[in-house]
Parts: sequence; C-alpha cells; structure tokens
Amino acid sequence: MTIPTLTNPAINEAFYASLQTPPNGERIRTCLQCGMCSGVCPFGYVMDFPPGKMIAALRSEIFDRVLNSDTVWMCIACYACTEVCPSGIPLTEKLMTRAKEELLLAGKVPAELQLALENSQRYGNVLGQSPRKRADWAKGIQARVPLFGKDKKSAEVLWYVGDYASYHPRVQATSRALARLLNALDIDFAILGADESGDGDSQRLAGEHGLFEMLATKNEQAFRKYKFNEIITTDPHAYNAIKNIYPTLGISYPVRHITQFLAERLDQLKPRLKQPVNGKIAYHDPCYLGRANNIYDEPRALLNAIPGVELVEMSHSRQTSLCCGGGGGGMWLEGFHWEKAHTRTSEWRVREAVAAGATTLAVACPYEPPRFEDAVKTVREASGLEVHDVVELLADAMEQ
Amino acid sequence: MNIVVPIKMVPDLVEELVIDASGTRLDPDALRLKLNEFDDHAIEQAILLKEKGKGEVIIVAPDVAGIDDALFTAAAKGADRLVKLTGNWNAPRGANNHALARVLANFIKTLRAELILTGVQAPNDLDGAVGPPLAEHLGMPYVGYVSGVMVCDGTAQIRKEYPGGMIAEMQVTLPAVLGIQAAEKPPRYVPISKVRATMKTAKIEEFPAAELETIGAPMTVRLFQPETSTRATMIEGDADTVAARLVEIFKERGVL
Repeated sequence: MTIPTLTNPAINEAFYASLQTPPNGERIRTCLQCGMCSGVCPFGYVMDFPPGKMIAALRSEIFDRVLNSDTVWMCIACYACTEVCPSGIPLTEKLMTRAKEELLLAGKVPAELQLALENSQRYGNVLGQSPRKRADWAKGIQARVPLFGKDKKSAEVLWYVGDYASYHPRVQATSRALARLLNALDIDFAILGADESGDGDSQRLAGEHGLFEMLATKNEQAFRKYKFNEIITTDPHAYNAIKNIYPTLGISYPVRHITQFLAERLDQLKPRLKQPVNGKIAYHDPCYLGRANNIYDEPRALLNAIPGVELVEMSHSRQTSLCCGGGGGGMWLEGFHWEKAHTRTSEWRVREAVAAGATTLAVACPYEPPRFEDAVKTVREASGLEVHDVVELLADAMEQ
Repeated sequence: MNIVVPIKMVPDLVEELVIDASGTRLDPDALRLKLNEFDDHAIEQAILLKEKGKGEVIIVAPDVAGIDDALFTAAAKGADRLVKLTGNWNAPRGANNHALARVLANFIKTLRAELILTGVQAPNDLDGAVGPPLAEHLGMPYVGYVSGVMVCDGTAQIRKEYPGGMIAEMQVTLPAVLGIQAAEKPPRYVPISKVRATMKTAKIEEFPAAELETIGAPMTVRLFQPETSTRATMIEGDADTVAARLVEIFKERGVL
C-alpha cells in the first residue's frame, strides 16, 4: 500500500522573505561564511545543513534541500553558534528555530517530539502527567510549601517550579532542597500548583511557537490571579522565557534565576553552611543561564560559599560550555539523536568533568541531573561522579 | 465521496478514576476526557484517503466536554465538516454504544456516505464496539481491525489484522463501515497555530440526538476498583529478605 507524500507548504516565498527582511534578515545577509558556527556546533558534523551551510543554501536559492533534510532536529538550541558568530547573527533564535517551525508546519516532526508537544498541549506539562498532581512533590515533606490560592493570596516571591522540577522523580529532589532553603531563609513565597503550566521555551525552540504562546497565556492567567513582587525559578529555560520572550507577548514580570536570588542573600546564607564538602566540584554552565543570559558568576559564588569546596573548571567552561543535549527539544529527541549521532553530549561532558579532576558535577538546570546521571551510568571512567544541582549542594551543606 | 468518521471522547487515565454515588458508572464531573486513540487513527486514515484525491471528510461526535477542541484539531488536519450530536450524554444510563450507534445511523442516513471509518474499539466500550451495530442499522457490511484502506471504483481494498500476525487482504463493496485499528501512517501533528486559525474559520454543526435509546446493552450492576485478592501474599522486608522468601516459595511449589 503506498503512502502518500506530504504536500510541502514549507518552501514558500513568505518564509524566504521572513529570513531576509530586517532586522534579522539584514543580519543574515552579513554572514561571512567563516564556518565558525558549524565548527562549534556540537552536532554540526552530523547535520546536512549546519547554520553556515544553511545560509549558503538560502543564498543559492536551494533552501528546499534544507527543508527536505531532517538533520535540523539535531540542533539543541545551545547558543554555541550564536555566541561565536562574528557578524552577530541570531542563528539559534532566528535561523535554526525558524527552519524547525517550517518543518513542523509541513507535518515533518519526529514521533518522539510529537508526543512531547501533544502532552504539553493536552496536560500543560511535557511529561504527560496529571495537571492536578503538579504540586504533589511537596506532599509529605517537612519544609512548608505554600500554595497560591489555597494558602496565600499574596507573597513576596512566586516560585515558578516548572515541568521537570514538578514531576521528574530525580528533579523533584532539587525542588525539595529549595523548599528547605527558602524556609531556612524565611522567604515569603508560594507556588502555583495546578494553576502552573510548562514555560514552553523548549517547545518554542523546537519550532512550536503557537504552543509556546498558549502555555505563556495560561501562565499569565495564573500570574494575574495573585500578588507578588517577583518570580524565581530553578529552571533556566523558564527564566529565559519569562525574562526575554514573554514580554514580546505583552507578559512582563520581574524574574530571577534561583542562583541570582540566593547569591544576593549570600551573607545570610553563608553562616548556615556548616557541613563541609570533600572533593572537587566542576560547575556546568547551563546554556540558558550562561550563553543566553550571561549568568556565570552567581552559581560559582554560591558553590564557593560551601566549606571545603574546591572548584575546578572543565575544558569547556562559561561561554564555551558544552550543552547537556536537552535544549531546543533535545530532551524529547533522545532516540532520534542517538540514531543520527550514536553519541550523547552529556557523555562527553561527564568525561570532561572527570578529566578536570571533579568528583561532583554541579548543575543549575532541571534537564541536567537526569541527563548527566544517565551519562555517568554509561561512561566507565565517570563511574562514581556525583551530579547535583547547586541548590541541592547548598541545602545539604546547611543540614546538621 | 463522503467519508464519515464517528469519534468519541473516552476517560483519560492520567487522572484517578472516581466511581459516582450510584456505584454503576464513573463520576462525569471527576473525569478528564481525551479522544479515543483508535478514532484518531480513523481520522488520519480518512484524511490520507482525501489527500489521495478521494472524498470529503465529515467528523461526527457526541457533544461532551472537550469535543470542540478534538473537532477543530481534525479540521486543522484536513476534515471538511464537523458535526456534534447534541443530547444528554451524561445522564445516568444515558449513553452506551447501542444508543450512540442508533443516533449515528440517523445522522449518517441524511448523507450519501460511502465510507464510514470508526475506531475499532475504545476503552469505555462496555457493550461492544460501535462499528458493528452501526453497520447493522445502516444495512452495510462491517470489517474490523483494519490497518489499511484503498478505494477504487465503488469498492475498498482492505488490510485486516488477525491475532498471531496474520494479515488478510479483502475487498468490500461500498458503502461500508470499517473499524480502524491503525491508519497507514501514525496520526500527524498539527501545530497549535493551525488549530487556532481553524477555530476562526471552521464551523461546528449540530445534529440533535433526540432520545438516547440504550436498549440491547447489558446493564452495569456494579462498577468497582480492583479488589485485593485473598490469594495474594505481600512479602515485607528488604530486597535480600524478599528474595530469600521468594526462593523458598518457589522451592515449596516445586518450581525450583
């Protein structure tokens, strides 16, 4: 039985025009074809059209070839290309993501990604869990976690928890650790529970802008119901969305990543950090904290406040940090990526941590503990490497 | 060619199931509903046939919570007409597949339908799948567990799956009712922007279901959660204790 080929609305003049009109089109025209983007891309060697080659295809009017290849799904939206581009072209946001959007519109979506997008649409979380159970991670723990609506109408701080920190069994440990920290610091905070939806940023960077807008609007409706001064989150993707992208939809709230929020309270926090940590810690800069938002020092300052800590740097550090592989939809393309590359960036990263002499890999993004812990299981020389969120290390150092 | 796809919403097991006070059915207020997965395949199969140049696709469904979204999503995929069967589907004993098949037949008789694609089954089919009684009311042949359809000159070439991996190819004279097990391709993803655009242009028609005639189906006397069997033994303790006790039990029963 023959399978009909999809009609291909992807290659259209509007798309060409959108890539070539100002402001971003003008920048795309300034491409020098130096190839730095393609060289620095962790998966550039697997892509048929890494960023520079994609621009060459655009100039040669053979962009249909780009859209007939599925290797743009290897892009993990890690900002490495954007960071090195000497012409300052917003490659991640405006080229790679736009190509994904066109593929999505043409119905060319890897099956794994489709499931994640459908889950986000149906349940408001990418893991396909019950929205009613969003705050269940806080049940039965000693630390108090007030709910907006049920316990409070207003609070100083709205803690936006996010999908993975709410539902993923490993990442829930980070949430519980932060609950202990916030209580110890007497922070007046509350969470949204079932009113919260996924931030949508990685869905956006996987080409699903409509879904991103839908989730952002739902979150805005929840934010509007309560009074608070600022939003904090452990999730750099949520931070990036609320700080940089929600305002383009008219949704503006002050937001800080938890490492910024805690670093500001270091004087209050430091005397309570009494349990020394033995061994060396390597800090992994998450793409959406580091390259996308220039936050490099606060997480390191927090780690340095823990007694006994010796920080070591990996070969890819700060602006050159190596993505865990989870961004831009990578969290939901594990099988697809393996099929194309037969390797994982998270495995390269734990090797780097070991090579730097680290016994603990510290992270600051909810995608990372599960990804790096899985990598530790498959990389022999990384056996024994511990992976912890900065928040977990602080909470552990605080306990008697 | 008119292709009619009857779809329905079923309980979403992501939420706990709650039995209502009558003890004979799920509490409709506690339910989250989602489109029956096999119906999603029936929609996909219909759209694939349409894309091969054959037919107008008409989606029809009982009017329950969440159905508008399901219908608009089908339209965004390429369905041409959307119809809601209005009636008291949530009344106690209000709906079963016998009642649904009668209402669907009344509606489908108003069309010149040549192909009716239903999902082959649904998790809430307490009284059998909807396809066979629907075919009976319409006086049409029925083939279930279909995983491929080609239409040619008033007939359909069908692939039907049998248990044990056997596949039959058969020919059916149209009009006919087919129970779709799987579309030729997995149901497609439709971006939210497309669904939203469709919501602005597509219309949902209404067809009154009138009286819901439920006779012919078995009556549910009691609905209950699985109960702990007295034969089950829970072994307490740490992994070593449990493993040691398991080995003992295997030896006692002569397995080892």
